[in-house]
Formats: sequence, structure tokens, C-alpha cells
Amino acid sequence: MPIHEKNLIRPENLSTHENLVIDGVDVSGDWSTFIKSRVVTDYNDDMQDEIAALPGGEFIHRCWQCGSCTNSCTVNALDPEFNPRHWIYLIRMGFEDELVRDKDLIWQCVSCNKCTYACPRDVVPEGVMKATAHWLELKGHTPKSPSTEFDEEFSSQVFRTGKIEDGRVMMNFFRRTGQPLLQPWLIAFVRRMIAGLPVSWLMKMGWATVFHPRTKGWGPAREAIEEYAKEMELKHLAAVKGASPEARFDPAK
Amino acid sequence: MDKKQAYKKVAYYPGCALEGSGHGYNRSTKELGKKLGLELEEVKNWNCCGAMEVKNIDPKIQTYLSSRVMSIAANEMGHDVVMAPCNGCYHNLKKAEYDLTNDEGSREVTERLSSKAGHQTYQAGQVETIHALDWIKDAIGEEELAKRVKGGLKGLKIANYYGCMYTRPRHIFPEKDQGPGSESTSAPHFMDDLLAAAGAENVDFALKTACCGGAHTLSDKDTSTKLVVNILKAAEEAGAEVIATECPTCHAGLEMHQVRAEKEFGIKTNVKMMYFTQLLGVALGLSPRKVGILENASDGRAALKARQIA
Repeated sequence: MPIHEKNLIRPENLSTHENLVIDGVDVSGDWSTFIKSRVVTDYNDDMQDEIAALPGGEFIHRCWQCGSCTNSCTVNALDPEFNPRHWIYLIRMGFEDELVRDKDLIWQCVSCNKCTYACPRDVVPEGVMKATAHWLELKGHTPKSPSTEFDEEFSSQVFRTGKIEDGRVMMNFFRRTGQPLLQPWLIAFVRRMIAGLPVSWLMKMGWATVFHPRTKGWGPAREAIEEYAKEMELKHLAAVKGASPEARFDPAK
Repeated sequence: MDKKQAYKKVAYYPGCALEGSGHGYNRSTKELGKKLGLELEEVKNWNCCGAMEVKNIDPKIQTYLSSRVMSIAANEMGHDVVMAPCNGCYHNLKKAEYDLTNDEGSREVTERLSSKAGHQTYQAGQVETIHALDWIKDAIGEEELAKRVKGGLKGLKIANYYGCMYTRPRHIFPEKDQGPGSESTSAPHFMDDLLAAAGAENVDFALKTACCGGAHTLSDKDTSTKLVVNILKAAEEAGAEVIATECPTCHAGLEMHQVRAEKEFGIKTNVKMMYFTQLLGVALGLSPRKVGILENASDGRAALKARQIA
């Protein structure tokens, strides 16, 4: 059996009979387990093109399913269900329902680039994972992942001021995702960090968190970037059928 | 190009992390340069390179952001070498260089944004981007470093940790994997070479280019903690007293999740993290305070004292 058919033998697709007689022959026991036949009619023929239209997804068509991406994957080593090759297969076949089953996993790609390093076809699987996660959000299959929230918080700070400041990114990210700022492990970490810090540095960092560092004369660059970013976001929305405008990135937020 | 000469004075791009959580790296890089007679001129009015995040909004904006830094170094300051100690910055400048060389679309967007922002558009080839490791390796080298070392690292056992962005993907680093003398993308060794020259004993460490989960340090904490624990434990099992780092995101990730693993999962590890610039600085006779070892969350002073290094 080709490995990519393994999704058909999930428990709910198995039919097991205690006692089964076929054509007068008793086949009870191991022979009484059958895989339900399944006719696929729910193809989404646009899925590959839509994902290819999002940043990072451009080269998905090159994939020839060798599996080097999954084999080298950092997250797959922790969780075998994280399988970039399999997802690329589902996307290329148009199996939207199957892909959506893994909507809470795909965003977990850590962008280590091991897959992109190993890929013999320059698919850039790391980019495909990001584009796929983005697509799932645009289609409304899943709310924005913590990773997307982080990217958006970070990017809007960069667009606004030219720079980011660690403390502020963290605080705003926790606010966006409804997490408390005072997490015990974080308090322990900050305590250890500031224990050896010269007071002057401490003041400088606190100052930077409150009064955001900026790149001087950044105004025109900000305008140019935000104008371009908006054009791109509208293009992405238009590329994905039924995309929810809510899922769009708005740097002003 | 005579790198030894060319790298004596370079444009310095610290990046956002080195002004925040990576201040120990910033301080030690500057002090190390001073000690070795290498001149750093900070890129004027620099901006963020886009890090790991902006590319997920749009990769061409990231290319533009990185190109602006190189444009200022080249066109406003007259430099032909930019040195970035942060793996993320280094990676992004290299990636921008690659895209601007090979992709018409990236050139168009960079041209459009640069002209609207009111500065000269960066043209591929105007500068060479190097990492702090290339800088010390080529401007000083192991032989000269070994001669200048005072006291040295006295056999301190070190696991060298390079992370992801220094070597992957291969195509944006055309100078790597070019045979003897060049850096390897599968088994990098520049940091090992420099620290060995400074008297350290490098342990056999299999996870040199493993991922610490840096991009998701906060957004997927459990995955990051697992990845970091793997790295810390592998280093300890290899006998390392210190993990040498060359990236502020990796360094902060290892430190944060070392604490988190201990507080939330009861997994305690004792290995200390230090930037390679801090280790080289100490080996050259600078005080731990001067190279910012006190500023690390994982305080490595005891490890140095135990071997009477500082």
C-alpha cells in the first residue's frame, strides 16, 4: 500500500465484524476487518494554486514526494504526526478535508530550514508550511495561530518604527494571545538576567520598552512599506476563494 | 580580496536583539574588536532586518529592509564589508543579496520601496556580508589568536552551538562548502577552531546545527522547551561545561527554556551559555564584567573560576 493512503485506515474507516461468513466460508478473526471503500468526491481543485499564491508557497508544484523534508524535520522528530511531505501531497491532490484535520499542527513549523536544505527540488517546504498555515486562517478553518499573532505584532512594530524592542514585542504578544505577563518561569528568568546587569543597562532597557527605539527619518519608509503591504494583503485575499477579510494582516492594529 | 586587510575595518550591524536581550553579545563584540585592533563603524541609523517574522507577511519587504542596511553601509558610509554578529541579521542580509542577484521581482520591489523611502537602492554586490565568526577567523586567524591569548581557556570543555540561520539554506551562502579553509554548512567549525586556538577543549557535540525553536520561543513554548532540553542534555552528556553561542536568539532561547524546563517540568541542567566573543575576550585577558558575562541569565562566572580562567 502506498504510504500516502494511510489516512484511509484511521479507526473510523475500519469495519470489524465478530462473526462473518462470506460465500459459505467463515472468515471471522483477522479476516473480518475491512477498510471501508471511499470514493473521493470532495476535491478542492484550487487549493494548490491558492497556496502557491501566498508568500512561501510559490514552488509547491515542484514536489515529487521524496520525503526528504519530513525525514529532516525538527518538529517531526518530536511529533510523527507533523509531516510536511504528506501535507504537500494532500494539497496537490486537493484533499481539503484531510488537510484541515491537521490545522492545529501545521503552524508549528519552527522555520529551522532543514527541509529547505535537504529538498532536491527547491520546493522550499518551510515556506509552503507558512503559506499553508496562512491559507487555513484565510479560509476560516482556524483562528490566527500564536505564530501568526507574533509575526503580525513583530512586523507592525518594524513597519511603524523601523525597529523592534524585545520587551515590548513580548508584552504586546501576551496581550494579543490573552496570556498573563507574569508567568512564573518568566519571572525567574528575568530575575536571573537582571541579577548581574549594571544599573545603567537596566535603565536603558526599561527606557527602550517604554519609549520605543526608532530609526530616524523612518516616516517615508513606513509609508512605502505599509502601502505595499496593503496591496499584497488584498492580492492574497483575492487569490483565496471565500477568504475572510477578518484574517487580513492590518499593521495599524 | 585580501580578507585580512579588508576586515580590519568593517561596517557593524548589531541589530535589534543586540540592543535588547543580546546586550552581552554587543558589548563583548565591541570589546573584542578593540582588544584585537579591529575597527567597527556602526551602520548609521539602521533598521530591523525583518528577523524571522516579516518574511511571513511578505518576503520582499524583508528583502527591502535588509537591503536598506546594506545601502547605508555602501552608499552613505563607503563600506564594502558589513559584519553582523546576529545569525538572523546575517542570514537575512545574505538572503537579500541572493534574491537581489537572482530575482527580478525582488529587485523591482526594493527599487520601489527605496525610492519612496528616499534613499539609494542597494545593488547586489555592493557589500559583502560576514558573520562575527568570519570577521575574527579571517582578520585574525587561529595562529595569531593563539599568540595573543593571555591565560587562555585552560581546557574549558565547550560545546559549540551554531543554530539554524548560520548555515541554512546552503544556496544563500555561496562562500561556504568551498573546500579547505571555508566554512562547512553540514559541520560548521569556525567557532570550534577559534575557541580551540584560545585554549578550549571542544567536546564532540552532535547538535551543533540543531534547532532551538527560536522562531517560536514565545509562540510555541512547549516545543521550544523540548528542543532546548535536547540541546542542553546532549551538551552535558558530551561533557561540556559551557555552550558557546554565536546568535542572540539561540542564546536567549537556551537561557529562557533552561529556566522554563526547570520551573515547569522539573528538568534541571547546569551547563552555562556564553557568547563565543565573551569566551575569546576572557581568553585574551579581558574581565568577565567587561565582556558582559554578568549580563547573561545563565551566570557562567563560577565555571570560569573553577578553572581559574578569570
